[in-house]
Amino acid sequence: MSEPTVSVLKTYKLFLGGAFPRSESGRSYEVVDHEGRFVANCAQGSRKDVRDAVQAARKGQEQWWSQTAANRCLVLYRAAEMLEGRKATFTEHVTQAEGVSAETARALVTKSIDRLVYYAGWCDKLAQIRGGSNPVAGPYFTFTVPEPTGVIGVIAPQESSLLGLISVVAPILAAGNAVVVATSEQRPIPAMEFAEVLATSDLPAGVCNLLTGRLGELAPTLASHHDVDGLDLAGAPQEMVAPLVAAASATITRVQRPALATEWDDDPGTKRLTAFTELKTVWHTIGR
Amino acid sequence: MDATFGLDYAAAPESASVVQIKAEYGLVIDGQQVPSSDGQTLESLNPSTTQPLFRFALGTAADVDRAVGAARRAYEDVWSPMSGTARAKYLFRIARILQERAREFAVAESLDNGKPIRESRDVDVPLAAAHFAYYAGWADKLSYAGLGPAPRSLGVAGQIIPWNFPLLMAAWKLAPALAAGNTCVLKPAETTPLTALLLMEVLEQAELPKGVVNLVTGDGTTGQALVAHEGIDKVAFTGSTEVGRAIQAALGARGTKLTLELGGKAANIVFSDAALDEAVEGIVDGIFFNQGHVCCAGSRLLVEESIADDLLERLKRRMSTLRVGDPLDKNTDVGAINSAAQLARITELVAAGVAEGASTYAAPCPLPEQGYYFAPTVFTDVSLSSRVVQEEIFGPVLSVLTFRTPEEAVQKANNTLYGLSAGIWSEKGSRTLWMAQRLRAGVIWSNTFNKFDPTSPFGGYRESGFGREGGIAGLEAYLDV
Repeated sequence: MSEPTVSVLKTYKLFLGGAFPRSESGRSYEVVDHEGRFVANCAQGSRKDVRDAVQAARKGQEQWWSQTAANRCLVLYRAAEMLEGRKATFTEHVTQAEGVSAETARALVTKSIDRLVYYAGWCDKLAQIRGGSNPVAGPYFTFTVPEPTGVIGVIAPQESSLLGLISVVAPILAAGNAVVVATSEQRPIPAMEFAEVLATSDLPAGVCNLLTGRLGELAPTLASHHDVDGLDLAGAPQEMVAPLVAAASATITRVQRPALATEWDDDPGTKRLTAFTELKTVWHTIGR
Repeated sequence: MDATFGLDYAAAPESASVVQIKAEYGLVIDGQQVPSSDGQTLESLNPSTTQPLFRFALGTAADVDRAVGAARRAYEDVWSPMSGTARAKYLFRIARILQERAREFAVAESLDNGKPIRESRDVDVPLAAAHFAYYAGWADKLSYAGLGPAPRSLGVAGQIIPWNFPLLMAAWKLAPALAAGNTCVLKPAETTPLTALLLMEVLEQAELPKGVVNLVTGDGTTGQALVAHEGIDKVAFTGSTEVGRAIQAALGARGTKLTLELGGKAANIVFSDAALDEAVEGIVDGIFFNQGHVCCAGSRLLVEESIADDLLERLKRRMSTLRVGDPLDKNTDVGAINSAAQLARITELVAAGVAEGASTYAAPCPLPEQGYYFAPTVFTDVSLSSRVVQEEIFGPVLSVLTFRTPEEAVQKANNTLYGLSAGIWSEKGSRTLWMAQRLRAGVIWSNTFNKFDPTSPFGGYRESGFGREGGIAGLEAYLDV
């Protein structure tokens, strides 16, 4: 009589600076599925983890932006390739996290892949739609180019665990920024699975940092951090918005308001792509 | 007598009589001049004489409420349903009338603000007209701006503008807002409301429908009431970083769209291969233009070490020919400081620089006995952490630092919380572009400085604010795309 197979359970940790460390605090919290059954103990990220992630993101952003736009495009496309290869797994995780049917979950994963492909292609086109030359009245060649805002703190959508996350993070990365993400507090598993996709996609270390834990602890630290240039409140609960905006205003951090739950079904457009860009205008004299 | 060339100038004053200033102005709400709800007024001075020019209404929260109400009605009944072509024609009319009344506006601006007539005549007024003309042309082609297939106006815009370019800032705010189909409540600065008041006459002559633009003059409390008003869909603010912070925090969870154009501490970087005399002109324009009351002023000079002595020598020689005095004199290079408060701030910061051990050179020009004046001043022997190097002085005060390599220049230039503008002086194009890529600033001038154009986006990185004015980006600030 053969022994029953004992499956190997995964230990979920943070995704920080391209590595998978535990929270420096040593804490974890219990994550359950949509029916309340135990799924995993996820790392409960601390304020210190946020600060470490911001530091990693600053370094990562410099490297990410120093690569060619064409290269950034193919790295994000690579992430779509890796996600495609793990479609079945992601379908299971989304079902477990969101309580949707397998069919719906599969459609959400497919849409997530499409969204990555969509934004991947924007990397080397954004400057062409948002930049250009300005016909100024004088002997100057004047041109404008969009540049990344820098390090962006993201409060991930709380309900849409994979499609919402990718719809928010991909455009920020496509524009050349790095992110520190507070993942969905109750549904963090798809995000941490996605970390493995990114880790195998040639994305430079620190460009995308994913922190699981309590929003109430992670979000204020991100908002008030002086080296965070932008804050996307996509998944922030309404009662948190005013205090987070007030904290962000101390350093004139650019803020994106909470997303509508229906947004992920819509044509993504360019709004999120340009939200964390800065236009730089250069004037040069013309003369013989 | 001029010390350097032995030349003297005969005064060439512009006549103040080309502008008729009334003794008192009201608010302009729904096309009507009205006093403030509690009858309170403020006084505007001529900073070059410190004599009173006129009185104007101190708008209250109740006045703001009436103005927002008028703007809302005009938005819903008239301006938003109007065709883009019609809106375009109104804006073109405004541009034309401003051109027709250019001389009057230039004199009014110099009287109320203290800036030299040469600047109000050649920069402020023509650029203001150009902004209306440029955005006029967008009003009927918004869906072709490339911002999205169906851009929509936001509603009522609350706009707060500063005292350094009063008419030009009014144009920067109103023109894109109106072209995009919004209506406006404009709050000019407490010390310089004159040209905004005169602009309301222009709008009336252009037969702009009543309530499309409402003017609420007043002080900081008036601006606060405007930001706090729930009926505002968009806030546009140009002014200090400190107030910008407060506005961002005050809007809190409200969905109000916000753009901020705040302070700056721009680096003007001169390489050893630059055309030095041209660079000297650029340094002078960069910091002494408009008495240094310019958010994008080149207030930190970064000079390549090998030419620092030579350049400073040339700069001082050029500064010795600057003429400080009567804003209405066409010979004047540097006019009056806008207010006693601003003069006190400049004086305080310069004293702090001296106390920190910096050396100063002040232009040896005579200053008028009456009025608020400050001699163009250069600080040397300063460190990156000096207050005069870190803080925005908003006056004719330059600090000089040196560098040895392009990397060091970038590092020092970016060593600020601001990020509005920067200048690069070099004949080497590839290095200029290399620098331009690395400077964290919204506007970079290469072999020129302080140039503005309605087609060209202007605005900052970091604590210099967010959003852009000018170009298509300036239009986007007033659209839901």
